[in-house]
Amino acid sequence: MSQVKTVLGRGIPLVGNDVDTDRIIPARFLRCVTFDGLGEQVFADDRAQTHGQHPFDQPQYQGANILVVNGNFGCGSSREHAPQAIAKWGIQALVGESFAEIFLGNCVAMGIPCVTADPNTVKQLQERLMASPEVPIQVNLDTMQVNCGDFSAPIVMGDGAKNMFLAGTWDACGQLVAQADAIRKTAAQLPYLSWSDVVA
Amino acid sequence: MSKGTLFDKVWDLHTVGTLASGQTQLFIGLHLIHEVTSPQAFAMLRERGLKVLFPNRTIATVDHIVPTENQARPFADSLAEEMMQALEKNCQDNDITFYNVGCGNQGIVHVIAPELGLTQPGMTIACGDSHTSTHGAFGAIAFGIGTSQVRDVLASQTLALSKLKVRKIEVNGTLNPGVYAKDVILHIIRTLGVKGGVGYAYEYAGTTFEQMSMEERMTVCNMAIEGGARCGYINPDAVTFEYLKGRDFAPHGASWDKAVEWWTHIRSDADADYDDVVVFDAAEISPTVTWGITPGQGIAINQPVPLPNDLPAAERPIAEEAYQYMDLSPGTPIQGTKIDVCFIGSCTNGRISDLREAAKIAKGRHVAEGIKAFVVPGSERVKQQAEAEGLDRIFLDAGFEWREPGCSMCLAMNPDKLQGRQISASSSNRNFKGRQGSSSGRTLLMSPAMVAAAAITGQVSDVRSLLASQ
Repeated sequence: MSQVKTVLGRGIPLVGNDVDTDRIIPARFLRCVTFDGLGEQVFADDRAQTHGQHPFDQPQYQGANILVVNGNFGCGSSREHAPQAIAKWGIQALVGESFAEIFLGNCVAMGIPCVTADPNTVKQLQERLMASPEVPIQVNLDTMQVNCGDFSAPIVMGDGAKNMFLAGTWDACGQLVAQADAIRKTAAQLPYLSWSDVVA
Repeated sequence: MSKGTLFDKVWDLHTVGTLASGQTQLFIGLHLIHEVTSPQAFAMLRERGLKVLFPNRTIATVDHIVPTENQARPFADSLAEEMMQALEKNCQDNDITFYNVGCGNQGIVHVIAPELGLTQPGMTIACGDSHTSTHGAFGAIAFGIGTSQVRDVLASQTLALSKLKVRKIEVNGTLNPGVYAKDVILHIIRTLGVKGGVGYAYEYAGTTFEQMSMEERMTVCNMAIEGGARCGYINPDAVTFEYLKGRDFAPHGASWDKAVEWWTHIRSDADADYDDVVVFDAAEISPTVTWGITPGQGIAINQPVPLPNDLPAAERPIAEEAYQYMDLSPGTPIQGTKIDVCFIGSCTNGRISDLREAAKIAKGRHVAEGIKAFVVPGSERVKQQAEAEGLDRIFLDAGFEWREPGCSMCLAMNPDKLQGRQISASSSNRNFKGRQGSSSGRTLLMSPAMVAAAAITGQVSDVRSLLASQ
């Protein structure tokens, strides 16, 4: 299991509130049985409409790995295809004003930290990345700071998720499965399992 | 911190333990799967050599990709056919019950689970679909999950979660004529915002919800996620029990009495503590329509598209984006906006009572010239019931198309799509850019009766004027 303590690299700004999962990955691209290939389709419609001017197409942001967004990023559907598409494009961490709940949970389960910062910090980061795309940026979960060139500011992440990244336990599947006895014990105490067994 | 609410009680009863991270390991009582978000989860299980731990607590159906016209196999869309075959094989290999097209019980996952009696009070319910909040109408804690979490539920019947806060949303009073459950939830989202519910479970309480049918309650809970709340619920009561009684998977005989006792016990206590409380007056809610590109950009039918200066500063950038995308000018009335396509259906409003309300408007009238209007029942059972009541004839005589069940043009993963910049009046749940299958297509959300009114008049109309002239 891999610990995630810091993500270091280059940033890419994406300005705007309420960027929904249909924009991140339009539904027609969900017609698939694997997540392969989603990286090329990330923001497909937004990119087509901006004719090369979308940050994900601009040459100065190719190779970036930290996405800086505004409020309520990833709202809408539960499709993990959305963070998968972002990750397969190359993103390894997100900094934003706020994230939609299911999107955030999906990112944790994939080992992609999403940290929040106050609107002014996000604005500063986005402006710096627009002015100097090559400036190094670092998300540090140990110190809970984001650094971008000579700019530094605090970041926030829920304790549960933070502990999972630092301990390398963000993929919870193994831990959950290991509790089989406790799971059966909890199940045995739920009255509805006996009166609504769903075997047809 | 909340205490004594249904959410607290159900959470505690389903807690397996606390993980090293501090998160709760929560048992999931009912897991629903479909063709879009499950194939990768089954692949992950195979990669890890894991088995489905409780195959009898997972139920599958197919809904998102199903064509609503020609359903012959193989599907014309080879990608849809591949997804269908993957689901069939995964269910067969893992002993999971699958309600396939033509079996009589297929339909949108959030329509069929309640109608089969699978959805019950006090359960935890998860599904790889954000509208899983629908099942909260029964007093279940139900929420959408991603594919990695679908894997976790298949492998362990549990999830790693942090507990949500609980906000009570109280609406009191009787709704005015022409105002439906859809208007109530659009009004709530419009007021509290699309991210107002992040971090919260919504408990809908008050006399307005108490007076609602189960199907109306499902419409309200369905759209909790559009307000940012991962789950929304209503405490179970006599209406809930009456709906459940006699359904296929509802408890029978002696179990029924025990169940009613337990369901009553898990209701929120009268003196429960909430993290927040918001109160609305039902009389203030009008037929509501969205004008923009988020479900929170709604207005009463008789209001104009808002002026930027009338909006909070933080909402102006997305409003500017919406004016441009929707090609609607601030200050102009929404009523009278010409439309191209009318869609009645979805997990929000594709149930029998929705079709009945729309049929009341359509009866004896005809769809305006040049308008494409179609009705997609939420399930095979809904379709059968509607046909038994003659609703299909009412719609067909009025010039609507009558289709096979599925998610259809709510998200347009099947052949039902807007073309170019077409604008739709839609009973679905999301008006995001490109949502209905065209990257420049536009969506106006409203109640099914309002969609029928738009179809008849060819423009956004106040359903109350059509009700009055009947």
